[in-house]
Amino acid sequence: MSTQTSPAPAPVTERPGPVQSHRRLPRFAATGLYLAGLVLGALLSALTGFNLALTVVYGAVLGTLAVWLTSRAVEGRRKGTDRLVTCIVTTAFVIAMVPLASLVYTVLDNGLRRFDAAFFNSSMLGVVGEGGGAYHAIFGTLIITLLTTVISVPIGLLAAIYLVEYGTGRLKRAITFLVDVMTGIPSIVAGLFAFALFALFFGPGVRLGVMGAIALSVLMIPVIVRSSEEVLKLVPNELREASYALGVPKWRTIVKVVIPTAIAGLGTGVTLAVARVIGETAPLLVTVGIINGTNLNPFEGRMATLPVFAFYQLTQPGYPPELAIERAWTAALVLIMLVMALNVVARLISRFFAPKTGR
Amino acid sequence: MTLTSAPPTPPRPKRRVGDRIFAGSASGSGILILLVLAGVAIFLIGEAWPAITAAAADLPGGQTLTAYIGPLVFGTLIAAVIALLVATPLAVAIALYITYYAPRRLATAMGYVIDLLAAIPSVVYGFWGIAALAPALVPLYGWLAENLGFIPLFAGPASATGRTMLTIGLVLAVMILPIISAISREVFSQAPALHREAALALGATRWEMIRMAVLPYGKSGVIGGAMLGLGRALGETMAVAIVLSGSGGITFNLISSSNPSTIAANIALQFPESTGLAVNTLIASGLALFAITMAVNMLARWIVNRRADFSGAN
Repeated sequence: MSTQTSPAPAPVTERPGPVQSHRRLPRFAATGLYLAGLVLGALLSALTGFNLALTVVYGAVLGTLAVWLTSRAVEGRRKGTDRLVTCIVTTAFVIAMVPLASLVYTVLDNGLRRFDAAFFNSSMLGVVGEGGGAYHAIFGTLIITLLTTVISVPIGLLAAIYLVEYGTGRLKRAITFLVDVMTGIPSIVAGLFAFALFALFFGPGVRLGVMGAIALSVLMIPVIVRSSEEVLKLVPNELREASYALGVPKWRTIVKVVIPTAIAGLGTGVTLAVARVIGETAPLLVTVGIINGTNLNPFEGRMATLPVFAFYQLTQPGYPPELAIERAWTAALVLIMLVMALNVVARLISRFFAPKTGR
Repeated sequence: MTLTSAPPTPPRPKRRVGDRIFAGSASGSGILILLVLAGVAIFLIGEAWPAITAAAADLPGGQTLTAYIGPLVFGTLIAAVIALLVATPLAVAIALYITYYAPRRLATAMGYVIDLLAAIPSVVYGFWGIAALAPALVPLYGWLAENLGFIPLFAGPASATGRTMLTIGLVLAVMILPIISAISREVFSQAPALHREAALALGATRWEMIRMAVLPYGKSGVIGGAMLGLGRALGETMAVAIVLSGSGGITFNLISSSNPSTIAANIALQFPESTGLAVNTLIASGLALFAITMAVNMLARWIVNRRADFSGAN
């Protein structure tokens, strides 16, 4: 502690005035004041009939005011402003966490009711009322997502290789810019594009699983290009040059040196891209439609997919509505679990297959 | 070699078949992406053309195409603007909290949680909006209509279900929050350490350091991120289709039960049951959405990239 400092020059430098005040609040004073404000807010809200939302609003405002005014009085204007901003930023962060917590709670609360074996091994064929499940929709989603991945990964990866290894000049700049812009295409527009493309050949009213895969590819390719490009750029140039110096042709350098070095990042990027498109609903709604039975052939007829299944079970539940709505929530829960699982897999890939070169 | 040889040409690099195939397919993929983007525009125009040229009487509702799309464009814009106004300050605060306030160890975990928010499918946000958020907002709307009814935005009568324009604006705000905060976080953390340390060394408090060294540096990144979020909010489909009860024309009344729908939600709801010219009309509205989002995204990318050009020098 600072008990050893010499006391002599202190009276000389100490000047009255707002410029510099060395008084500070004790360490936990700010937190304590904020909590006191929260308690006061709870009391205030209890006066008018207890209400959780009002409690939080009153509490946050009172707590912030308490910290700000005390700090301003004790520590001066600048330190007071600093404490005020700290309070506001922290409060904003907590506010932003509320929807996430509420969303997870709502989906778990509603989704666990029908989270049973029947949900996973029966389709909706001939189901009126009780029972029924999403077997057909789960497999439809997996098939269409797999098809999307098969289309998108080679194109996206090769385009990223072009941008990093081959591209020069105006074409490279144009592709980089337009890939960025493409990440912002609304998903429904991608669906309409696939519809328009196939309607040209098969007439209007066509619904195929592969149309959905094309639509999702339009959304997935730019994501893969972006992430792969970032990862390939990280591969040290020394490795490429060492390979060229040994007389290895460029394409073998890319296949044998660049891609293996970057494989962890590429895997993570692809997994996250899959996670992004697996929950897409709108493009599938206009291209794949929905059926009650199981159709595992993406080149013939409508297919069921998990997000579209959830949407229709919620918005057109039939009678009695509760049963279909419960199925919809369980479908939403399964969808979230799929996305979370993919995110975890992506993390694991980047941890366990990390590049062996020093970075 | 003799002295008479022409200027020495360097040995031509040997063109191998593998190299040629690989280079060709790589640049082919790059060009394919350009073609797809062009294809989106061309096919949409092609399918929308019958609706653009059709007589007003043949279109759904018996009105002109602009009269049909107009309220939808208005609804799309107003929902996205509400989302942007709510989300941007919160996202900046989150980004600041994670980069400069949170304990270092917690910060990475929090960043991961925020990224997960971005991965949740939009249809699930719709479920949450209609089941949790809309009912929770009904009392607030009643209070707004009663006490702030003189403001046209809250004129009321308040919706009894909470499925209003303001609700969908808030749902969209939650959805675009992670996008804006991810980009803001990135630019804030790139603020030059020397500037930050210099500010602190001169005796600045943490907020003064942020205000003087971080925010000026991150400003264009935040603007670009906000515009990317705007693009996302404009094109968002399923959440709007589930939550908003869209029926009615242009109105600034945010809390009543008659709201204009948005382009994307209208397509999702009408498309499965439409045939003939109605499909073409919907695709024409999709073309309008495509044009709006492309313009917003191009502007956003231009702003973000402009920052990237300068950032290397400092």
